[in-house]
Amino acid sequence: MFQKTLGVIAAAGAVAIMSVAANAGTLDDVKKKGMLSCGVSTGLPGFSLPDKTNKWSGLDVDVCRAVAAAVLGSAQKVKFTPLTAKERFTALQSGEIDILSRNTTWTHTRDTSLGLNFAGVTYYDGQGFMVSKKLGVKSVKELSGAAVCIQAGTTTELNLADYFRLHGLKYKSVVFDTSDQSIKGFESGRCDVLTSDQSQLYALRTKLAKPGNAIVLPEIISKEPLGPVVRQGDDQWFNIVKWTINALINAEEFGITSKNAASMKSSKNPGIQRLLGTKDDMGKKLGLSNDWAANAIMQVGNYSEIFERNVGKGTPLNIARGVNALWSQGGILYAPPIR
Amino acid sequence: MSDLAEKADAAITKPPPWNDPFIRSIFFQIVAIGLLGYFFYSAFENTLSNMSKSGISTGFAFLGREAGFGILMSLIEYDETHTYGRTFFVGLLNTAIVAFCGIILATILGFIIGIARLSNNWLISKLAGVYIEIVRNVPLLLQIIFWSVAVLQALPGPRNSMQLGESFFLNNRGLFLPEPIYGDGFGIVVIAFFIAVAGTIFLKRWAKQRQEQSGDQFPVFYASIGMLIGLPGLVFLILGMPLSWEYAKLGRFSLTGGTNIIPEFMALLLALTMYTAAFIAEIVRSGIQAVTHGQTEAARALGLRNGPTLRLVVIPQAMRVIIPPLTSQYLNLTKNSSLATAIGYPDLVSVFAGTTLNQTGQALEIIAMTMAVYLTFSLTISAIMNWYNKRVALVER
Ligand SMILES: N[C@@H](CCC(=O)N[C@@H](CS)C(=O)NCC(=O)O)C(=O)O
Repeated sequence: MFQKTLGVIAAAGAVAIMSVAANAGTLDDVKKKGMLSCGVSTGLPGFSLPDKTNKWSGLDVDVCRAVAAAVLGSAQKVKFTPLTAKERFTALQSGEIDILSRNTTWTHTRDTSLGLNFAGVTYYDGQGFMVSKKLGVKSVKELSGAAVCIQAGTTTELNLADYFRLHGLKYKSVVFDTSDQSIKGFESGRCDVLTSDQSQLYALRTKLAKPGNAIVLPEIISKEPLGPVVRQGDDQWFNIVKWTINALINAEEFGITSKNAASMKSSKNPGIQRLLGTKDDMGKKLGLSNDWAANAIMQVGNYSEIFERNVGKGTPLNIARGVNALWSQGGILYAPPIR
Repeated sequence: MSDLAEKADAAITKPPPWNDPFIRSIFFQIVAIGLLGYFFYSAFENTLSNMSKSGISTGFAFLGREAGFGILMSLIEYDETHTYGRTFFVGLLNTAIVAFCGIILATILGFIIGIARLSNNWLISKLAGVYIEIVRNVPLLLQIIFWSVAVLQALPGPRNSMQLGESFFLNNRGLFLPEPIYGDGFGIVVIAFFIAVAGTIFLKRWAKQRQEQSGDQFPVFYASIGMLIGLPGLVFLILGMPLSWEYAKLGRFSLTGGTNIIPEFMALLLALTMYTAAFIAEIVRSGIQAVTHGQTEAARALGLRNGPTLRLVVIPQAMRVIIPPLTSQYLNLTKNSSLATAIGYPDLVSVFAGTTLNQTGQALEIIAMTMAVYLTFSLTISAIMNWYNKRVALVER
């Protein structure tokens, strides 16, 4: 872990010194490599988690697969690089990865001072708290004096400090590098509380030996819009990632799924035709082939399929669509039109 | 003949300046330094301008901004309203304290084990040997994680703390000690202590002089101990004991009040100490063995017993061999302390080159500052050890 951090930092330093004017051209790089390098978490059920055969799955993973399908025509041409919260931005800045899709919150500071751009939101989250049932705590306001396990380099760390200060509560933060360490700290009793994006709490709870012994408190103390990130200064690549996400959401709106996408190509609806590449040159405008979105949808599925497969009702996380439903169905998911 | 020699002489002493080897070498050195300086300067400038071109903030202004995150352990006052600059010092001091404690404990343990390794007692020497071989050959990171897990898992929760009376508690949140509250006049006790220290130094000089003149020995050790404890103790009693203790009490979640030594600190210190001690033990062993046996025999012939032989004859000579490699062990320990981040101990790398770097994104500035700290620590340790080395070096007559 530590060596990897150093490696990333050294790479950053080296790249910085040798001048980073090679900013543009991510698309060409990816095509030349025939492979998309995607930064993910070190292991977070539902978002990015490797299985025994080192095959990655999760919502964040599928976003990368969709981009790979749109750009290279195959959702399998992705190389995943696990990164801790601390390492992630350096890895992207230094060019080690082409896209960071690692439950990363879009904030003003990150967007403006790190040389990065957020390409959209793939999951609307908020920070929550998990405590052990036997403490009998019902609300965050009762947590004064508690030891809190958090992860280094996250918005979580900052929100926690803000919220506790605002409400006159005291706390001790026990900071770890990976969520595996945090959950072990929580389980061994090093801390009373585990705090993180709420979806991730449900994910991490599934990792406990006895998930039933922990409860997630009802309060949500922050806004955590999570989405993929790219380097600033490469507008073409930025557009590709942004519009791939929009395509997935629009596909859900049109009712295009991985199963019916092929037959939908003959649809009379011009909106569907544009999305699937049978009308106008939507793909060309991005520097891709016109079936870019069709490839992504056929190989990975629309937003709803991705959501349900990874974090939805049938999964151990069992998360309802809630705010992550389409705007037309009571949520806030709203993608600009493809036209 | 002499004419020729004179001419040759003149030719040697008076070459044209561009052929003068001295002037030439100075010239080329200046050119080399200038080029090197220009290289670093332009690399630096280039980096900065490239970073601002790709939208990454640069400069040191961030040090004055509010940090906004909490740190588990701090030797100076700190909370989330302090600045990023402050997090630098918090991390620096946390690194300094483990390194400092680690160096002292590893030296003590290392000397004990090193000497035990040479013991005539078969069991003791074998045990020391086994310790050295095992500890030296397991990677330090694993040992740190091992101790952190062993310490955390073995300790009970705050509600079932192990306790010694009503004042010392040990649980998985750390070791809780009573915190001293200094009353009026405690400063005088401290002054008394320093007077006692000065007295001890004086006493030692005097006793040495007396022994050199008359051969009489004086029990300096016991007298010093008596003075160091007795004088401040007496002042303390006379002033009416201006010191009280604040004890830790069980709160809703954990113990509150008192001072707290966090388990991450204990685990890291334990691992660094045990690991480095194994290397120091080997250095001590080889240092002692480097002193020829003749020295021991000579001391014996003079009638010295085992203890004094070791203390007065062997170790002072062994020190000359021991100190240089010992210095590099101290440097290793200090640098190894940066593995702290693996178990969540808030050292410089974890706090400043970790969280602060991540929140501000100013990798170049922060990594440079962090490297400067380790460099300063290392150079300071080297300087102190070199000074000590000069003092103990054999003065050849
Ligand atoms: N969304 C937040 C938090 C992200 C985060 O790192 N959360 C933890 C959950 S405790 C995580 O994903 N851990 C996975 C890992 O360690 O790789 C941010 O962007 O700062």
